[in-house]
Formats: sequence, structure tokens, C-alpha cells
Amino acid sequence: MGSVEETLSNFSLDFRKLLFVNIYLTLKSINLQTVRHHELPDCYDFNVKFRSLDKVTECLFSLINGDDMYATFLNLRDKSYMVWLFSRLYLYSFISLFIYMVLSLFIALITDTYETIKAKGLSSQLECLVLTAWLLIQLHSQERTHDLPDRALIYNYELPDVTKQNNMMSTYSSYSLSSTHYIDTAFCTEDNVPQCISYVNQELDSLGLSCISLGAPGVTGLSSALNTLYELLQIHRRDMTAVEELEREQLKKSSTLEHVQINNSRLKDQLELSMREKSGMHETERQLQLKIKTLQSCLKTEKEEVQKLQHIIASRATQYNHDTKRKERETTKLKERLSQLLVDRKDRKLSIDVLNCLGRADGKRSLWKTTKATASHEGDMYKSLLSDYEATQRLLMLENAELKKVLQQMKKEMIHILSPRQTSDHGHELGDSDTEERADLGRECLDKSCEVAREQLTNSIRKQWRRVRSHMERLDSQASHSQDDVILKQTHDEEMEKMRQEVLQCKEFIHTQQQLLQQQLHTSLDEDTAVLLNGCYTLEEKERLKEEWKLFDEQKRNFVRERKNFTEAAIRLERDKRAFEEDRADCLKNQFLNITPFADRRKGSSSDGPRSLSIRSEPEIRMSTTSVNRPKSSTYCTNFSTPKPSSFSSVPSTAELYRTLRLIPDTSSRQSNRGSWQESSAIEHGDNQAKTKLRSRCGDISVFSVGDENSPT
Amino acid sequence: MNFSELFKQSNHLCKVSPDGKYLATCVQYRLVVRDMSTLQILQLYTCLDQISHMEWSSDSQFVLCAIYKRGLVQVWSLEQPEWHCKIDEGSIGLTSSRWSPDGRHILNTTEFNLRITVWSLCTKAVSYIKYPKACQKALDFSRDGCYMALAERRDCKDYVSVFVCDDWHLLRHFETETQDLAGLEWSPNGCVLAVWESCLEYKVLLYSLDGRLLSTYSAYEWSLGIKSVAWSPSSQFLAIGSYDEKVRILNHITWKKIAQFDHPSTITKTKAVVYKEEEKRPALSEDLSLHLNSSSSLFSSQSKYEILSLPVHLPVVKPDPERANPKIGVSNLVFSSDSRYLATKNDSIPCVLWVWDLQSMTSVAVLEQTSPVRCFQWDPRQNRLALCTANAKLYLWSPGGCVAVQVPAPGGFQVQALNWHNTGHSLVLVGKDQLCLCYMDEDQDQDQD
Repeated sequence: MGSVEETLSNFSLDFRKLLFVNIYLTLKSINLQTVRHHELPDCYDFNVKFRSLDKVTECLFSLINGDDMYATFLNLRDKSYMVWLFSRLYLYSFISLFIYMVLSLFIALITDTYETIKAKGLSSQLECLVLTAWLLIQLHSQERTHDLPDRALIYNYELPDVTKQNNMMSTYSSYSLSSTHYIDTAFCTEDNVPQCISYVNQELDSLGLSCISLGAPGVTGLSSALNTLYELLQIHRRDMTAVEELEREQLKKSSTLEHVQINNSRLKDQLELSMREKSGMHETERQLQLKIKTLQSCLKTEKEEVQKLQHIIASRATQYNHDTKRKERETTKLKERLSQLLVDRKDRKLSIDVLNCLGRADGKRSLWKTTKATASHEGDMYKSLLSDYEATQRLLMLENAELKKVLQQMKKEMIHILSPRQTSDHGHELGDSDTEERADLGRECLDKSCEVAREQLTNSIRKQWRRVRSHMERLDSQASHSQDDVILKQTHDEEMEKMRQEVLQCKEFIHTQQQLLQQQLHTSLDEDTAVLLNGCYTLEEKERLKEEWKLFDEQKRNFVRERKNFTEAAIRLERDKRAFEEDRADCLKNQFLNITPFADRRKGSSSDGPRSLSIRSEPEIRMSTTSVNRPKSSTYCTNFSTPKPSSFSSVPSTAELYRTLRLIPDTSSRQSNRGSWQESSAIEHGDNQAKTKLRSRCGDISVFSVGDENSPT
Repeated sequence: MNFSELFKQSNHLCKVSPDGKYLATCVQYRLVVRDMSTLQILQLYTCLDQISHMEWSSDSQFVLCAIYKRGLVQVWSLEQPEWHCKIDEGSIGLTSSRWSPDGRHILNTTEFNLRITVWSLCTKAVSYIKYPKACQKALDFSRDGCYMALAERRDCKDYVSVFVCDDWHLLRHFETETQDLAGLEWSPNGCVLAVWESCLEYKVLLYSLDGRLLSTYSAYEWSLGIKSVAWSPSSQFLAIGSYDEKVRILNHITWKKIAQFDHPSTITKTKAVVYKEEEKRPALSEDLSLHLNSSSSLFSSQSKYEILSLPVHLPVVKPDPERANPKIGVSNLVFSSDSRYLATKNDSIPCVLWVWDLQSMTSVAVLEQTSPVRCFQWDPRQNRLALCTANAKLYLWSPGGCVAVQVPAPGGFQVQALNWHNTGHSLVLVGKDQLCLCYMDEDQDQDQD
């Protein structure tokens, strides 16, 4: 049982090639079997699954495949502890080894070999070398059989040859690519190396290359062989490049050919298409023509039909007329017959049943029908007609008279209008007299009877109208001419005058300007101009001075303010000093009057306020000295607040203030200062003004306080 | 404007006597004559059967009642109520009956237009006129009552006979240049006779009293022609309305066309005022007592006219081309009494009435109603036009404006026809079987003018 490792060592694999895989599986069981054949030791009591070699293999195989594991483990359970342990170990190791390692190793080997085969491996260097040399020679000799230009021709005209070459190339490539044992069986093996060499040498001779001398062993022979091989390779490369070029050319040619062919086919297609289209067009044209023909025939038939119908209508109309006439005749006949019948019938006669006859509406008696009566009727009729005509004639006459009046008026007016012009115009006096004459004539005509006068009247009217028209036309044309002339002359003159005046003015203006310019140029240092220029300068200067003045004012104001602040600060200092002295006095008093605690307490409380105030005011004063604008209000605040404590202990502080006032410049001078400042500040903002007022008030207060001071003291 | 109560009538038979004193109405077989001023019944006559035609004699003394069904004519006298006259046409039948202008003769047209019998009330004499033509207007008396023109048809030719009405003496008899004469009409002065062709051809012939052809007028050929003809009261104009929706005005001197009035469905540019009737339902929140007073107006709508701005599209009724006598063309022409205005109606636009001014020969007003115009008549004294559209409203137009008046009659009274009194102060409004009198306010008249 301890020979499992041995079994593993016996297992050897040779994976040089996939084809030459030899697995030597020599297992202990075989030995056991053989042993068993001879003699079986008693200690070996085998399990059912491991009793014989085939059973063992079967069991193991099933174990490898993983389908018998549980059963085997179960089988091996009922042994002694050692056996159970060993079997366990064995099975575990076996299963793990074979399933995880050996099988995966197999797979790895298989893939590896496959890759090596794919990557082309030649077994021996020499064999490979000789082989290639032979191949090259073969190739070269083949190529030598036909020269390059010939080959071009061949390439052009004998495609089969090219294909042959290609075939050869492909064979070569297949030689070089595929496994070599075909070749080495075909040409060179280890046995026929000298023959091969000789053959190669012959071949090389024929090519004019140095032979391979394998007689000299070692490096020289190999080098000569390599040299020839190199030469051969050179030749081969050259040939290959040529071949490649040719191939490329061929490819190009073939591609162009293809292109051309495609083009051709396309053009053919197009041609076909256009032909088809053309035929289609022809077809449609033919159809259209046919249609036109049919339509024309239709039209013709329609026309004929229309004519026929018209004829029919006409014939029907005549027929209808005839029929209606016949019918009418019949009806009249019938009517006559009916009336006759009605007259003949006696059953219900027409009758009139009147109570008594009426008299005529006009009260006259009816007359007998006589010729006289008819004549009178005729007469009446004509009378009425006549009266009607007379009435119309009267109306017409009236209208005519009206029209005549209008006409005459028109004439008169026309004459009136035309005459002055015509008299003024030289050539128309004759016409004028003519019109007058005509007017007279017209008047006469109007008096005459119409028939005689009509022609004359119309003639005269026509003539006059023509004359008027021509006159108007002439007037128009004249007006258009003369008006232009006259107006132009007048306006032209006027305008010319105006223009001249303007021109003169302009000239004068220019002259003066020129003069001025010259003056300026020549007498640029003239007094007037200098003054003018100085004036300009002074203006600027004035401006600048004003600005400076302002600045100065500002500075002055600032100075004043500062001085004021100073004085105030001094006052305050004085006051503080006084307060301090008072405090000290108080302190002393306290110390002095230490006996009475009541008074002490009261005094201390009263003295606290002003002190704190004074402390607060000090830094503000400092600020006011540094910055001018801001602290004013705060200082005033202190100023206002100071009187409050002074009301408690007012008398000494005001007195002190008065004193300090005495120390610093006079109140009168201050007043004047303030006045000047107020003047200047009038330009400034309102709030500043308010401040100044406050300030002035403050001053007043102080003055008043002084006054108050003075009166009690 | 005041309205009388309603009176019964039948067959739209109600007429004011020519002197304007009486109003005769027919109710079934009874003839009622009322005093016009008081509306009191003066006389009541009973005929033999339902009256189909009634006519006053020219002197307002007699009333003719024709009973076509029986072929009978009964005449009643106003002055002598006991007087009576009955004319029996016998078995030959009766289709039309009328007074002669003198009021002493009755002209009866028999059935099939066999003849016209002239009965004299003076002498009981009867005379026949043969071959009267069966047409639109075959018989016309001149305005002065002297002459009668009659269209005849003999041997398939048209003739016109002019009779003297005094003694029925045939004054003239002449053949007309027509294929199928449709009507004739005397001019108001009685000197010119207008004769027109049937609608198949546009042709107007003008004859003098003595039978001379004065003029012929034809506007166009082939298509349907004349639909209506009217003389102006001054005899100056002859208006011809035709199927081409136009009115042509001929003058009396040259008998040539002097104007042409179109009746377009869209009015784009005109100086005429276009009135449109706008109906408004009265608001229900109104006081009920008002409605109780006039219960008829509870369900009826108020109308008022609005003036439209151009362009105006008028509602057109397409004529049926399959039917004969298509509803197109100017069917009705009425001149105002002073010949200044002409009112026309185009059948294809039945809701619209045109009013034309003959001084400027332009249209002065276009009245678009909500329903088709039934009847319109000019005031015999003023330029005032009354029209009705078969509803409970009366419409009046004058050059000053337009007004719609609700007739405050109960029971859905619809004005289907109207008739001016010859004084112009009142108006007879005829409904389906009732009638109502409308009295004009003189102040209002002044306003309207």
C-alpha cells in the first residue's frame, strides 16, 4: 500500500508532440495482480472495489468522474481504523490529484502543443536550411525559364501561366508554413545528405554560384553554405520584389479593369434604361395621338350630333307651332260649337233678372247706333289723341323754350367771355364779329319756326361749338406757352436780382472774413487780441484761485475748529482738575469728618456722577483732536451732559469755565471768528449749519451761565 | 296710429268704395257694407252662395257679387236696398266678372274664354264679344273710362280691339306683332296702349289709341322675358320688370330705355339706405300687466329697422330649374302716386323690397325684411309705402325713414294684404279671415315726411 508514490513515478508523460503522446501507466495493482497470481498473502484482504485490477480502474475512473464517491467511502468504513484512515487519505489524495491536477495538466498540454504547432516549429536547423536552399534553387530555376519582360507579356496575354506561377508560390508558402516532415521525406533526410549536397551544388553551379562544400567539416562548410544561401536569398528576394511589384501592378490593372468593367456595365444599364424610357415615351406619345384622334372623332360626332339636335329642335319647334295652331283652331272650333250648342239649348238660358232698369250714370239717354255715332266716336278719339299730342307738344315747347333760353344765355356768356380776349388777340376780330352776327342770327332763328330754324340752329351751334373748342384749345396751348414765358420772365428777373444780391452779400461776407483772418494773422500780437487772450487766461486763473481760496477757507475753518476744540478741551481739563480738587477736598473732608458715617455716604453718592462723566469725556476729546468732522456731536453731547451734574454742583464748574474762558483768546475775537466761519459755512450743507447753530447756542448758554455766575457773585 | 277692432271677412274680399265712404266686406254668402267713418253696418245683403268676387261700381252706388261656382252675378244697390239684380250666365259658366267704367254694364267672361257677355243694367241688353284671349291681362279700361282694350285670338293670331265704353262700339281692331300676347295696359292718359309678349320672348309694343304702332322695345332675346309691366301715373315712364332681375324704364317720347335698375344679391356700392328688420323678443322680466293689456304681443316679437353698412349680402332663394314659371325676376312694380318713386320686388330675393327714385334714377332704399314681402302699396296722397310680410306687423317707408308697427289685434292676426283708403288717412289690413283698419296720425305723417 505504500507504493502509491511509486505508482505516480511510473506514470510518465512525453508531450513533445501531440502525435507522440505516450502514457505509461504502470500501477502497483498490476504488480499486485502478478503477485496475487503467484501467491496471495493473508494480510491482503481486499475490498470488493479493489479486488481486481479492472475493478480498481473502474472504481478509480468512476471516482475521477465523481459519481461513485459516497458509495466507495461507505464501503470502506467498516475496516480497522488504520485502513479506514489510509483509504480515506488515499482516496482524497487520489481524487484531488487527478481531478484538480492531472486533468488540468492534460488540458494545458493540449493547448500548449496546439499553439506550438500553430507557431511552426522546424525540428532541425540543418534540415531546414537545406530544404530552403533546395526550394530557392527550384524557384530560381523556374523563374529563369522565362525572363521578366516576357513574363510581363505572359502576364498580359497568358493568364494561365501566371496562375501557374501563383500556384507555385502558394505551394512554396505552404511548404514554408506547414510541417516539414513531408519535405524531409521528399528531398533531404539524414541518410541522403551528401546526395542532396551534390545535387544542390550542381544546381548552384548551373546558377553560377559557389558550391557548398561539406567536405570541410565545421564552420567553413557551414559558412560557405550560408553564403550561398545568402546569395540565393538575395536573388530570391529580388525576384520576390519583382514578383510583388508585378502582382501589385496586376492587382492595380485588375482593379482598373474591374472598375472599367463596372463602369461599362453601368453605362450599359443606363443606356438600356434610357432606351426603355424612350420606348416608353414613344408609347405614351402614340397613345396620346390615339387619344387625340379619338377625341377629334368624338368632337366631330358631337358636332354632328349638335347639328342634328339643332335640326331636330328646329323641326320640333315648327312642328310644335303647327300643332299648337292646329289645336288652337280645334279649340276655337270647339268653342264655337259649344257656344252654338249653349245657345241652342233651352234648359237653362242666360238671363238677367233686374227689378227695374237703371238710368245711365250721366243721366242721358242712350243713343242709337248710327254712322253719326261712330263718326262722333272717331271724332272723340281723335280729339282725345289730339289733346294728348297737344299737351305733349306744349310740354315739349316749354322744354324747348327753356332749353333755348339756356342756350342763348350760354351764347351770351360765351360771347361775353370770348370777346375781350379776342379783341386783345389780333387775329380774331373777324371771328368775334362773326360770333356776334351768329348770335343775332340764332336769336332770329329762335323766333322763326322750328322746322326752318332747326338746321340753321344746329349748324350754328355746331360751328360755334367747334369754334369754342378750337379757341379753348388755342387758349390752352397759348396759356401753356405764354404763361410759361411771362411767368418765367418776371420771376426769372426777380430771382436773378435776388441771386445777385445774395451773391453780393456772400462776397462781402467772405471779404470781411478774409480781412479778419488777415488781421489776426498779421497782428496776432495786437493789443486787443492780447487782452482777449489775457482775459482767457485770467478766467482760468480766477477759477483756479477760487478753488485755492476755497481750499484755504476750508483749512482756515479746520484750524478754527481745532482751536475751538482745543479751548474746549482746555476748559474740560480745567473742569476736571477742579473736580479732582473738589474730590480731594471732599476726601479730605471725609477723612476729616470721619466720625459721621451718614454725611459721608451722601457726599460719595453725589460725587460719583460727575467723575464718571469726566472719565467718559476724555477719550472723545482726544478723538476730536485727531479727526475734525466726526466727534463734534459727541463732544457736544458731553457739553450738554456736563451742565446736568453741574446743576448738582453747578456753581463751581461754571465759575471755572468762566475762568478758562478768560485764559484763552477773547470772546469777542471768538465771536468774530465764528461769524466768519458761519459766513463760509453758509455754502455748506444744512446739517453743518444746524451744528453751528447748536454750537452758537452752546456758546450762549455758557454766556448766560457766566451772567448767572456774575450776578450771585 | 290707431287700429280698429277686427272684422270678419272671407276670400280677402273687402273693398273701400271709390268715393271712400263705405267699406264692403264679404263673409261667406253675406255682403256687409259699413260706413267708413263710424264702421257701423249700413246694409247687409245675402247672396245665393259663397261670394267669390266683389266689386264696387265706379259711382259707389252698386256692389257686384260674383258667384263663379254657380255662374251667377248679383248686384246690390246701396241707395235702394230693395233693388236687386241677378244675372245668370247659364250652363256656360263664369270665370270673371267686372263692372264697366260707367257702372251700368257688367262684363262677364265665360269659362274657356268662350266669350265676354256685356250686360247692361239700363236696358237689360246683352251683347257678346267673341274670341277673348286667355291670358294674364286681356282686358283693360282706360283711366278715363272711355275706352276698353281687349286682346283677342283669332286664327292663331293676336288682335287688339278697342271699344268705346259708352255704347260698346268697336273703335279699332288691329293685329299685333306678337307670337303670344300676354297682356295689355293703357297708359294713364289713355292714349298709348302697351302690349307685351308672353315670357318666352322679351317684347313690348306700344300702340296709339288709333291703332298705330308707336314703338317696339326688346332688351334681349332667347331667355325668359317680361314678368311685369307698370305705367307711371304721369304716363311718362313705362317700367318693365323681367326675368333677368332688372327693371327697365322707357320714356314716353322716344320709347327708349332711359334707365335700368338692377336687383343684385350683394349690394357693394350704392347711395341707397339699406334697412334691415331686426326682430327682438321682449324680455320676460317686463311688467306682466303690459302683456295682459296686449296679449297678442306676449308671444310676438318686436321689430325695428337697423341701417346696414355696405357691403350687404341679401338672402337669395335659388329657383327650382325643373319647374315652370321660376321664382326669379321682378314680379311686382308699383309707382308712387306722384310718379317719383318706384317700389319693386325681385322674386329670387323675396324678403327685400327696393325703392327707386325716378328723378335721380337711383335706388333710395333697400328694405330687408325677415320674411317674404307679401304686398306693398303706395299711399295715394303722399310718398309713403306700406308693406306687409304676413305677420302681425305693418311696415311703412317714407323718404324720411322706416318704421315697423305692431298690429295690436288678438288671435294671431297676420297682415296678408293691405289697401290704402283714397284719402291716405287709413289703411285696410286684410288677414286670413279677418280685417282691421289702421288710422294714420296726421302729426306722425308730418313727422315722417
